[in-house]
Amino acid sequence: MGRFVRRLLHSLALLFGVSVVAFVLVDSAPGDFFDEMRLDPQISPSMVAALRKQYGMDRPLPAKYLAWVVSVARGEWGFSFAYNASASHILWPRLRNTLLLSGSATFLAWAIALPLGVLAGATRVRWIGSAVSLLTSCLIAIPELVLGILLLLFAVRTGYFPIGGMRSAALVNGHDSGVPWDVLRHLCLPGLCLIAGWLPLLVLHIRSAIQEILQAPFVNAARSYGIPRLRLLLVHVLPAAANPLISLFGLSLGMLISSSLLVEALFGWPGIGRLILESIQARDFFLVIDCTMLAAGGFILGNLTADLLLEVCDPRIRL
Amino acid sequence: MTSRKAVDPALLLIALSHGVILFAGFFAPYAADTQNRELSFAPPTALHFWDLQGHFHFRPFIYRSAALAGQPNTYREDRSRIFPVHFLVPGTDYRLLGLFRAHRHLFGVDEPARLLLAGSDFYGRDELSRLLFGGQISLFSGVFAAGISLVLGMLLGGLAGYHGRWVDDLVMRIAEVFLAVPWLYLLLSARALLPLHVEPHGVFLLLMAVLGLVGWARPARLVRGVVLSCRKQDFVLAARGFGASDVYLIRAHIFPQAASIAATQMALYVPQYILAEVTLSFFGLGVSEPAPSWGNMLAPLQDNFTLQFCWWLLSPAAALILVFLAYRKAFAHYAKAQFHL
Repeated sequence: MGRFVRRLLHSLALLFGVSVVAFVLVDSAPGDFFDEMRLDPQISPSMVAALRKQYGMDRPLPAKYLAWVVSVARGEWGFSFAYNASASHILWPRLRNTLLLSGSATFLAWAIALPLGVLAGATRVRWIGSAVSLLTSCLIAIPELVLGILLLLFAVRTGYFPIGGMRSAALVNGHDSGVPWDVLRHLCLPGLCLIAGWLPLLVLHIRSAIQEILQAPFVNAARSYGIPRLRLLLVHVLPAAANPLISLFGLSLGMLISSSLLVEALFGWPGIGRLILESIQARDFFLVIDCTMLAAGGFILGNLTADLLLEVCDPRIRL
Repeated sequence: MTSRKAVDPALLLIALSHGVILFAGFFAPYAADTQNRELSFAPPTALHFWDLQGHFHFRPFIYRSAALAGQPNTYREDRSRIFPVHFLVPGTDYRLLGLFRAHRHLFGVDEPARLLLAGSDFYGRDELSRLLFGGQISLFSGVFAAGISLVLGMLLGGLAGYHGRWVDDLVMRIAEVFLAVPWLYLLLSARALLPLHVEPHGVFLLLMAVLGLVGWARPARLVRGVVLSCRKQDFVLAARGFGASDVYLIRAHIFPQAASIAATQMALYVPQYILAEVTLSFFGLGVSEPAPSWGNMLAPLQDNFTLQFCWWLLSPAAALILVFLAYRKAFAHYAKAQFHL
């Protein structure tokens, strides 16, 4: 337990470090939201200065940092200049959308990769192994960005799927009955793109974990006892191979918030990833930091979860 | 040492693609920013060998594309005159390797026809020429940025591993912070360092600096591990016992091992950094027009019309996949070789 508390404190320190780095990086950027505002001839320089003072952006970095920490503690997460609202109002719906997209994609990717990886690791049929190798090396070679563009091309050419966004314009203000189906239709292509990104990584790791365990002496012993092959694989080999897979699972949990950035931006999915791109372009100071912090926080939390799971599952770790 | 049998096809492909792109000025028929407004979104020019009379020509020729009146972006071939493709023709001036002034191009056709082997973009600029010149920015920002972050990582990681104690703690804690932020988010918040609109001249260097800055942590951690394990090896201890200096130890024993790892990592990082540049430029945060890069050449595809009708604008994507594949194979090759050592 003490070990875990230490890990928790370490994670918190890490989060603190990330927030400092994010603040320093974003703050040393030339120009801020109000500079872009100055391009508007109707807004006088004194007005810009007054606004900057009103929002506390004229203060030095440590003061801004403190104000942000207080605001996070109050659940506001800073202030968005572009939306003229406290950042939490913008962040949470976006976070929900991101989790909807990447959560379902990650779940499906695991659901496909686990049987595929086990099959590829355990099979003695040569063509299955080479087919899986071919699939993974093809998917690895295609960058997510390119795959996304190709999927968009498919959508545009065939019209089977909506081209972007999360809901059809007709349904946004209308009645709610068709919404889940509509969102699901919008989810398909970006989800597919994310699955294709995860699949090779997961399959390769699962395969190599299974292959490694299959060479262990205890497998031969179990086989000589006459344990049926499928039972051997599922009851004896898979749990023994779980250790690296749990770390991988923690990674995929941690990437839930951050993995979909590119896909969101490409498909116009209103999530955290698109938000950070928009915020950078608008110089929306706190939103950039909040998005970075959410992504890093998710990542750290995922690692922590993996550690905890490992400790529960693998007695060797507890020593 | 194991004897090198055959040249690895992946390495050959890497060398070939980088070589062609290095001499982009020679291989590209036009300059990257030569516009032909009357040939906006023209499809690739077809090469012909048989003319209308059915005569065979050894030298391929093309017909001039002409816009159909009243229909935007629709072209037909003007069959009244043939334009043979000439080789080693004089054309627009360019600088070979950025040094030598030259004006010979590998191939080209006489004016007023345009040889657009990969079609043209909105401004009627030759897509193939832009692909080659854009590759100069995309590939080399990838290579240089990977180099920067590897060198930075090796220095810091080597320092941490060799010095140990508080330096090790400090460097590794900072590395942990950098590793805790997912790659694209780190990239974007570091991109926020630069002004929103960067002029094309400075962007190349700045972008490389940013990319190199954000990626130092992983190689640092790796090199630190190597140095730590090196320091405990018997021959290093023996050398130290004989009174070898720190500099000698690093140069003769530790650096060679770290360098071979760095070479392997390079094959892993270069495509990642190429993709980073492409991603930034794609979203309008990297290299900006009129300078070409594979990222900002793909950017028009965010528009549905372009995506639907101008399939030839996908050529940077094809180039990207090719380069990726080559680097993947090279990495697998190196990693395997290292594993056996």
